Amino acid sequence: MQAYILKRSAQSLIAVAGLLVLVFFFSRLTGDPAYLYLPLDSSQAQRDAFSALHGLDQPLYIQFARYLGDIIHLDFGTSLSRNLPAMDVALHAFPQTLKLAAIAISLAVVLAVTVGALAAARPGGLFDRIASTVSLAGASAPDFWVAIVAILVFAVGLGWFPTSGTGTPLHWIMPIFVLTLRPFGLLVQVVRGSMISALSSAYVKTARAKGVARKRIIFVHALRNALLPVITVAGDQAASLINGAVIVETIFGWPGIGKLMIDAIIRRDFALIQSCVLVTAVAIFILNIVIDLVYALLDPRIRHGAS
Amino acid sequence: MNDKIAYAGAASEAPEHAGPAQGDAGNATPQPPRDAGPPARSANRAMAILRLMTRDRLVLCALLFLAIVLLCAIFGPMLIGDVATRPNFRARNLAPFSMQHGWAYVLGADTLGRSLLARLIEGARNTIGIAACAVAVSMLIGGMLGLLAGYSRGFLSNLIMRLADIVMSFPSLLLALVVLFTLGPSITNLIIVLAITRIPIYLRTARAEVLEIRERMFVSAALSLGASHWRVLSRHIAPLAIPTLITIGAIDFATVVLAESALSFLGLGVQAPAFTWGSMVATGRGYLASAWWIAFWPGLALLLTTLSLSILSNWVRMYGDPQQRWRIELRSTKDGKQ
Repeated sequence: MQAYILKRSAQSLIAVAGLLVLVFFFSRLTGDPAYLYLPLDSSQAQRDAFSALHGLDQPLYIQFARYLGDIIHLDFGTSLSRNLPAMDVALHAFPQTLKLAAIAISLAVVLAVTVGALAAARPGGLFDRIASTVSLAGASAPDFWVAIVAILVFAVGLGWFPTSGTGTPLHWIMPIFVLTLRPFGLLVQVVRGSMISALSSAYVKTARAKGVARKRIIFVHALRNALLPVITVAGDQAASLINGAVIVETIFGWPGIGKLMIDAIIRRDFALIQSCVLVTAVAIFILNIVIDLVYALLDPRIRHGAS
Repeated sequence: MNDKIAYAGAASEAPEHAGPAQGDAGNATPQPPRDAGPPARSANRAMAILRLMTRDRLVLCALLFLAIVLLCAIFGPMLIGDVATRPNFRARNLAPFSMQHGWAYVLGADTLGRSLLARLIEGARNTIGIAACAVAVSMLIGGMLGLLAGYSRGFLSNLIMRLADIVMSFPSLLLALVVLFTLGPSITNLIIVLAITRIPIYLRTARAEVLEIRERMFVSAALSLGASHWRVLSRHIAPLAIPTLITIGAIDFATVVLAESALSFLGLGVQAPAFTWGSMVATGRGYLASAWWIAFWPGLALLLTTLSLSILSNWVRMYGDPQQRWRIELRSTKDGKQ
């Protein structure tokens, strides 16, 4: 088990390193920050001075070597746009996204398992058809549009919730709703699918023949076996909640890492882009390893490191 | 274990007989093995499937809607002329469902008085076209890399898979944002970026297929008869892997449509004067309080398109699953008797 964790961490480290190299060079191709940060009429000398001040006048490979050298001292550079240590800014914004994502994915899993299990109990029934259609719609709705329509109806029209920002509990409701929608839709389909095949298996027939109560068959016998694929998909969805977070945070003005990253890209704030990418990438890799371990914990047939 | 569950049902089993005979016949575009029969029989089959489909009302609606969108994307721009781009200041911010300015303005008009219906039709071409190109490119590149990764053991295979891992391990939208900001937003770059983020899916599927196919008898037979690796790969293995890839491409289409519209919504996709449904929502976002319809209709069109695609692909998956098919057939005979 420990060997497995070590191996996975090493693989992840290589992937993170590759990603950082990519982002480092790609972000520097976007243009010269000196033209963005100095007034339009500033002289070439002023621009050169700006570049020299931030070490941007050096050749790319020297900049990269210097960046690597600084990382060893846990110095991830200074954010150009905020004049603060870039990693501090990123780590300050990340919990905001994490809170949203954690609530959204837990809500999605709990709701999806209940709805999916009930739908699978009577495939083709009224509840099943409604649940299937709703979940398909949830999985295929463009999240930015759902967010806008939600603002239109609940904030502009009915005035129940504030349009954007943070602060009161009311601010949380719409972002969480929009973020929950897609993972919920996908998970309902997965739960339903694996529940239907679990319910048609031999041990369920045996349980039924023994006279076990229907509820107990659905929620105890079948559901426990049907949950494995749910964990895989839920993990995938948790990782891609970052995608949704970019959209949701932009629309609702949520000060999380998604909005921070968009701002950093637009402002050519290289150090901040790199720090944001590093934080999200490490979080996603940790998540992936944890999911694999949970999987092994729940399914005794999978033993990492044995093979 | 990391394979997407959603695709699990899509992998079709290729029957044994479809192997060497088909490869030697030199079919450049092989039929999916199941339909490999006399033309009349497969036409009947297609009709039977279509009839089953139309019995389910939801699937029928999805089918009709997609047909309309497709027709709009192909022929629409020819029929409407310049209505989509011609400003009409008397119809500025015209509310929907008023017939005052004729049929073109039934869905209302935007801030320049351009007909939203016409713009939806024009936007359909870009939205569908970009997604189709991106799916085709990623299927082609991902498929070829996957064939290589599956067939060659060792270094090359490892390198390809690690690269795919890197692409997959990072949120696709962020990857696309960084790359698009570097390359500059344009339709070509948008297609490239969308393709890059989807390549790993085809790559993994193609590799998994090849790993299984290359162990079959007809591959060793072809090799021992002196066929080159290139010939074995292109004539004997690829034709069996292609139908699976096409199925996945069809399922993936909706995801690509959504990804494109999200990027266009964020302003990094299609640039004005060109527009897609996604960028139309972005434009309308500024007028939400005064003219909600500008942002509402294109988003609804997106939702209905992706929903129809998922309904159809769900149905096809159910039809392809022998444990599930009876539900469809039972339902249709029951409806047929009424």
